[in-house]
Amino acid sequence: MAPIDSSHIPPIEQPEKPVARVVVDVMLKPEILDPQGQAVLGALTRLGHSDIVSVRQGKRFEILVDAAPDAAALDQIASTLLANTVIEDYTIHVEEQ
Amino acid sequence: MSARIGVVTFPGSLDDQDAARAVRIAGAQAVSLWHGDADLKGVDAVVLPGGFSYGDYLRCGAIARFAPVMQNVIDAARGGLPVLGICNGFQVLCESHLLPGALIRNDVRKFVCRDQLLRVETANTAWTSDFADGQEILIPLKNGEGGFVADQRTLDQLEGEGRVVFRYLHDNPNGSYRDIAGITNDRGNVVGLMPHPEHAVETLTGPSLDGLGFFSSVISQLVDA
Repeated sequence: MAPIDSSHIPPIEQPEKPVARVVVDVMLKPEILDPQGQAVLGALTRLGHSDIVSVRQGKRFEILVDAAPDAAALDQIASTLLANTVIEDYTIHVEEQ
Repeated sequence: MSARIGVVTFPGSLDDQDAARAVRIAGAQAVSLWHGDADLKGVDAVVLPGGFSYGDYLRCGAIARFAPVMQNVIDAARGGLPVLGICNGFQVLCESHLLPGALIRNDVRKFVCRDQLLRVETANTAWTSDFADGQEILIPLKNGEGGFVADQRTLDQLEGEGRVVFRYLHDNPNGSYRDIAGITNDRGNVVGLMPHPEHAVETLTGPSLDGLGFFSSVISQLVDA
């Protein structure tokens, strides 16, 4: 079998490594009822974990950014799309790669 | 010429056809609007129908709010265009901040589907002018995330300005604060509610004909205008 001539194939472009990993945590505000958390608490109680008195369920978003993270843009994303600030609070953590 | 009422279809809308049908039964022309087209086709009013737009991903209505058609709906609503949000449409209106507050998961942790008695608290909106203040109506309710919440100041403001449009009677189905089933904006042109008037327009399929009043209200105002 003839050796494969790969000279005409362009090298595979390596995607640039994202420069930042951003974690946005979203939780219902403390005064807002959380039926999902209550359902989880009910299950834990049935499983015998009588020492657990409260469960609140939230959301976690892990975002990779292919540029220097823009704090204002991240806050805009979190406050307009990822969280509804009428009922939810959010926190943003930026982890440099 | 009959009024032209647009009905938006998002991916996951369920009740757009029923809403369009209710519009036709009430005597207006139904115009289909597509979520991806930033074009209201010159309609005289818009209905955001029930369903599960974008699969209810993230939060109910949160992604639909940013659909291309919605920027036009939001701008037009701020300019006075009558907009009715039913169920998921109500959630979209709250996410768009055209209406205050938010809808959260039912406190009973169950999807509730039943015929629901409501009291019309104000006839002073584009979508309730054919009702009388205090009139009781019976229309279907079907939701899993219909609990209306807002902070005390907002609730007091809604009550004080006569912007609570519908209240649940007898048995609050979902934990909505102050039994609120529907509200309006300060101009009265934008109305959102969880129950479904478009399912109460014919005796064959609905528990009453009370839903027709929503559509006849807006049609008579458009004709008068």
